[in-house]
Amino acid sequence: MAELTYRDAVARGIAQEMERDPSVVLIGEDVAKAGGVFKTTAGLLERFGPERVRDTPISEEAITGMIMGAAMNGLRPIGELMFSDFLATCWDIVANQIAKTRYMTDGQVSLPLVIRTANGGGARFGGQHSQSLENWAMAVPGLKVVAPSTPADVVGLLAGAIRDPDPVVFFEHKALFAGKGEVPDGEIVDALGTARVLREAPDITIVALAAMVPKALEAAAELAEHGIGAEVIDLRSLVPLDTATLFASVSKTSRLATVEENPRLAGWGAEIASIVTEEMFWDLDGPIVRVTTPHIPLPAADELEDLAIPSVERIVDTVRRTMA
Amino acid sequence: MLQILNPSGELLDDPPMDVDLARRLFRAMVTARQYDRKAASIQKQGRLATYAPFEGQEAAQIGSAAALRQDDWMVATYRDAAAMWMHGCPWTHLLLTRMGDERGGSPPEGVPVLPPSITVGAHMLHAVGLAWAARLQGSDRAAVTYFGDGATSEGDFHEAMNFAGVYRTPTIFVCQNNQYAISLSRRRQTASATIAGKADAYGVPGVLVDGNDLFAMYRATGEALSRAREGQGATLIEALTYRLGPHTTGDDPSRYRDEEEVEEWRAKDPLERVRRYLATEGAWDEGWETAIAEAAHEEVDEAVEEAEALPPLAPVGIFEAMFAEMTPELAQQQRWLLDSRHGPA
Ligand SMILES: Cc1ncc(C[n+]2csc(CCOP(=O)(O)OP(=O)(O)O)c2C)c(N)n1
Repeated sequence: MAELTYRDAVARGIAQEMERDPSVVLIGEDVAKAGGVFKTTAGLLERFGPERVRDTPISEEAITGMIMGAAMNGLRPIGELMFSDFLATCWDIVANQIAKTRYMTDGQVSLPLVIRTANGGGARFGGQHSQSLENWAMAVPGLKVVAPSTPADVVGLLAGAIRDPDPVVFFEHKALFAGKGEVPDGEIVDALGTARVLREAPDITIVALAAMVPKALEAAAELAEHGIGAEVIDLRSLVPLDTATLFASVSKTSRLATVEENPRLAGWGAEIASIVTEEMFWDLDGPIVRVTTPHIPLPAADELEDLAIPSVERIVDTVRRTMA
Repeated sequence: MLQILNPSGELLDDPPMDVDLARRLFRAMVTARQYDRKAASIQKQGRLATYAPFEGQEAAQIGSAAALRQDDWMVATYRDAAAMWMHGCPWTHLLLTRMGDERGGSPPEGVPVLPPSITVGAHMLHAVGLAWAARLQGSDRAAVTYFGDGATSEGDFHEAMNFAGVYRTPTIFVCQNNQYAISLSRRRQTASATIAGKADAYGVPGVLVDGNDLFAMYRATGEALSRAREGQGATLIEALTYRLGPHTTGDDPSRYRDEEEVEEWRAKDPLERVRRYLATEGAWDEGWETAIAEAAHEEVDEAVEEAEALPPLAPVGIFEAMFAEMTPELAQQQRWLLDSRHGPA
């Protein structure tokens, strides 16, 4: 067991896979010499050399387009987009090309690639560098969508994503980079599409992702003081979605709250709410509630950003209201 | 490469301005450098968000911006505070943009400066659109856009240049080739010998200019503007310069470049050669420089005070700034977040 930061876990996960499989390569802006602007790829150039760990010019379209080509020709490439916001600058490649290739080749062409990207708010980077875009990726058929909340999950899910035969968008959360956690020694490989129940309790299920997971756990601890037993599920991946774990929990608690960092309209929680409503309406004791960022770009000012992103207080209040 | 004033301050050609204007622009560069250093230092104290210093690029920015007409559009980046200020955007606004305050993005009436682009590349296209609209309106306003060497790798650059060429828009593309895009050197950014040469592909003139030469930047921009106003379309100016500081206050340049190289460029400091030139003309002495440096100090300190004294943005603003008229779902979310604390249940 070692204690690792979330950012170090990224490098560890990539290194684990590069060590094992020579077809794994990493490209992106400032990933090699500088070790990543968030230092998530530090040491990889030194360890694996400039052929496999390579800085690119500033061209997100080229990064994603090139790994698509390389993935069709035997590599398992990882492309880094410095900020997830820049998915928008290469959305044709990601949404029209990468996502549709297997389908449009009648299942023949595999794209075993990973797009890693720094996602989410809390760093005061303003509206164009702070978005939580997991719901964009989720909206495109053909993409797998992963968003870990702990260092151990970063390693395991990254390995799972790299080994996956299909394209995965891997969201690393900026607000979690400095956080630490225990990571088991040796190889870690996690299956995509497996949620984790982090806290068991009978009264309500709280579903969260990435940076919202620690907040949901804190809120659950506070709710316990008010006599409310909140079960917390870390979804870990949106596609595939572990509905079995979700349904099992809701059938026990009969209540559901989602905690999402993405803007409210068409956030992933709406999809969860819709699935649970359709499948389990008669098991529910009350309306499903969603705690989200309002439907606005994230403000750059610290107080306003903190106000906009779901807080522990807002989760507690929302849950208490729905339980009242 | 167009050079008028060499690093020793010797004239290689007729100066494009009189001594009075040279003194005024020297003073502007001194003021800009003071702002830059102040911004970097208060960032360290946590009073600004990440800051991208421009030290070393003063001539590229001041020289080009000084050639503009007040009503020309300017679309620049996070590193171009000197150019934006020269074109009328107050230091206070520029500081606000780094204090996470969206009011910084709304310059005073009559200052046609767009908020600094943080996304690399997109804004070059806006400059083409602004210039196109100016032509359709029958005006001879031009639009200047600033960007770095790294930005030329984005598709946006090529698409902007292509449209500017085809539409013959009065757009001046000023690429400050400061040799680095974060950690990536210019050599590894593009295999082209020059960035100016890329203009050929779009039927647009490209000029390579000593970006540390105030006079050369002023002349090249002036000539590009004349062509633009006469309906001859766009120009790409590659200003060869150097970022003496880090990419941003969060960057450690020792990870990717040698101190020796930095020293080489320090010797080509854009302020020094104008200082020497003015001294030769009998238009500089130490007392004057001390006085303008002190005045710059005060001017910048006042701007910092003014920016910091502004009452914080009101939370309702994040909803009110969304649409011309608030939509019902936003109004509902505003109530949830700000009034009822929190939510529909
Ligand atoms: C579309 C996009 N990709 C990547 C970035 C991250 N980024 C910010 S500045 C920068 C380097 C820009 O280099 P250059 O264009 O040469 O300008 P300089 O910073 O040197 O002035 C990068 C990669 C960004 N802001 N936007």
